[in-house]
Amino acid sequence: MNLSIFKLAFKSLKFRKFSIGLTIFSLATSIMLFLFVDTVRVQAKDNFVNTVSDIDLIVGSRSGSIQLLLYSIFHIGNATNNVSWDTYQKISKHPRIAWSIPLSLGDSHKGYRVIGTQSDFFKYYRLRKNNKLAFNQGQPFSSSLEAVIGANVAKQLAYTLNDEIILAHGMGSVNIAKHNNAPFKISGILMPTGSTLDDSILISLSDLELIHIGWEHGVPTQKHLADINLEKHHDLEPKSITAFLLKLKTKHDVFSTQRAINDYKKEPLLAILPGITLLELWKVVSVIEKVLLLISAFVIISAMLSMLAIILSNLNSRRHEIAILRSMGVSPLGISLLLIIETEILILISIILAVVFMYVFVAIIGPYIHSSFSILIELSTPTTFQISLLLIVLLGGLIISLIPAINAYRRTLQDGLTIRS
Amino acid sequence: MNDKPTCIELSNISFQWPQTQSPLISIEHLSIDYGEHLFIQGASGSGKSTFLNLLTGVLTPTTGIISILNQRLDSLAHYQRDQFRADHFGVIFQQFNLIPYLNVLENVALPLSFSAYKHKRAELLNSDTSKQALRILEALGISSELANQNVTQLSTGQQQRVAAARALIGTPEIIIADEPTSSLDEDAKHDFINLLFKEAEKFNSTLVFVSHDKSLASNFSRTMHINDYNNLT
Repeated sequence: MNLSIFKLAFKSLKFRKFSIGLTIFSLATSIMLFLFVDTVRVQAKDNFVNTVSDIDLIVGSRSGSIQLLLYSIFHIGNATNNVSWDTYQKISKHPRIAWSIPLSLGDSHKGYRVIGTQSDFFKYYRLRKNNKLAFNQGQPFSSSLEAVIGANVAKQLAYTLNDEIILAHGMGSVNIAKHNNAPFKISGILMPTGSTLDDSILISLSDLELIHIGWEHGVPTQKHLADINLEKHHDLEPKSITAFLLKLKTKHDVFSTQRAINDYKKEPLLAILPGITLLELWKVVSVIEKVLLLISAFVIISAMLSMLAIILSNLNSRRHEIAILRSMGVSPLGISLLLIIETEILILISIILAVVFMYVFVAIIGPYIHSSFSILIELSTPTTFQISLLLIVLLGGLIISLIPAINAYRRTLQDGLTIRS
Repeated sequence: MNDKPTCIELSNISFQWPQTQSPLISIEHLSIDYGEHLFIQGASGSGKSTFLNLLTGVLTPTTGIISILNQRLDSLAHYQRDQFRADHFGVIFQQFNLIPYLNVLENVALPLSFSAYKHKRAELLNSDTSKQALRILEALGISSELANQNVTQLSTGQQQRVAAARALIGTPEIIIADEPTSSLDEDAKHDFINLLFKEAEKFNSTLVFVSHDKSLASNFSRTMHINDYNNLT
């Protein structure tokens, strides 16, 4: 039966389990908040970067580079102009080009974006560390009037394979013209990607062209609709597309190709390197990100200070206990050590709880974030940054615990075996 | 040399805090024999606490020599004095004697954690030190059923007996009792003193009992006073 200082510290914490429990809870929650903000920050960035993981250039009509990135990849905002099909054909057939993916945006289905593209999209598009697009069910669109839908679309609208969907002209969810005459059959459902693809519906460019026959003025005329025999039209070529993605045979050619496209005489074009533009975009976002991190750091500091307040107020009621320990020969240093160990145990428990809370929280809120923001938050081992934060908290606790420790040390010398009150 | 060797010897002791005028206590000479039960009577504020702090090595005298068990206390470093106290002293206070977050048995056995010397002496009597703790508790009238109780559930009288058991475990050479009976009623006072005497005598422990209560003096073979001038006579 040998009660060391450690055991004493444990029993003393357990004895005051209510106030200590609250302190641990508030500290753990504040640390969890920081870990969560940091995880979302890192993983959101990863998600964005992964969306453009294997693309060398994005080409659209001339506008701002961030604007082009936003509307072509992240489906935020709209293109001001289109790129002609001829230009696309010419550039994509250039010997430097390994592959290209045309994108045509503008239609929607119940608020989800429709992307007109080619089946090459499934062959070449890469996500998260060069993973090909994977199908949860079904396969790419092959024959006429087939659509592939993203994971969120399937989940939110409860669609399964072979369901028929009607596309709408333009974005918006009410009172817009619908392509009622051309229902699409769902041929495939993608696995969750953590990108805008989760909220997208992919159809072929020729189908997109097909359903727009007679829509040249933005609204259908009954006459035109009646005239269209869908079966007659095969492999329609669009007149223009919104943007296209390029992969070059060698990385070496990226900058010269970019320059050549930007200098293209027949049409005002803009080619961007997605990685670089993403960094520009992130510079704007990172301000918010840093503010959020800073706020969570302050929350931790305030939780630590309230912990200090509780320890100090407890100290007064522990003077008898300290005198008793002194009478048994515990040195003033031993008393200080007891207080330091108590604080560090408290913080260590808080940290462990914070990590557990964090995993539970991510597991609960992750699916919601994915369906609302198309960002996949994954449970991962703490990053180096997070581990160093936890170590800083532990060290900060050590420094904070010196305050009651020094306080107790001084009092211990003054009080001796008697308590002056 | 008489037949009982000296256990505690103080000479020309005075103590005062730095930058104060008069000493809190001064003792010309005090010698306490092994196994002696000494009663020191003094009003509150008379310097009793200072005296006990000096005796146990918590404070060092401004002048003079303290020798305990042939060890010059004033020549030891403070951490050595702390260890000396852990090894050779058992202390009972007026009240709030127990650590609230330890149970009865843990409170009694606690001194053994801080002194290998006491631990060894307790083991000589019983290799299972918790059995030894239970035996002392029982001798002081605390049944073993209370051993795992929270100390805050005990009556004041019971708490003081547990405190006495804690002072006695490991059979320290010197027991210091600082007003241990002032929270007890008349009957309990004498019971407590009798039990304490009996246990102290078993191992020939020296007992220094400090109180303001003159009526207790009759129990002791020798009584000393701390007078109004803070002198021990």
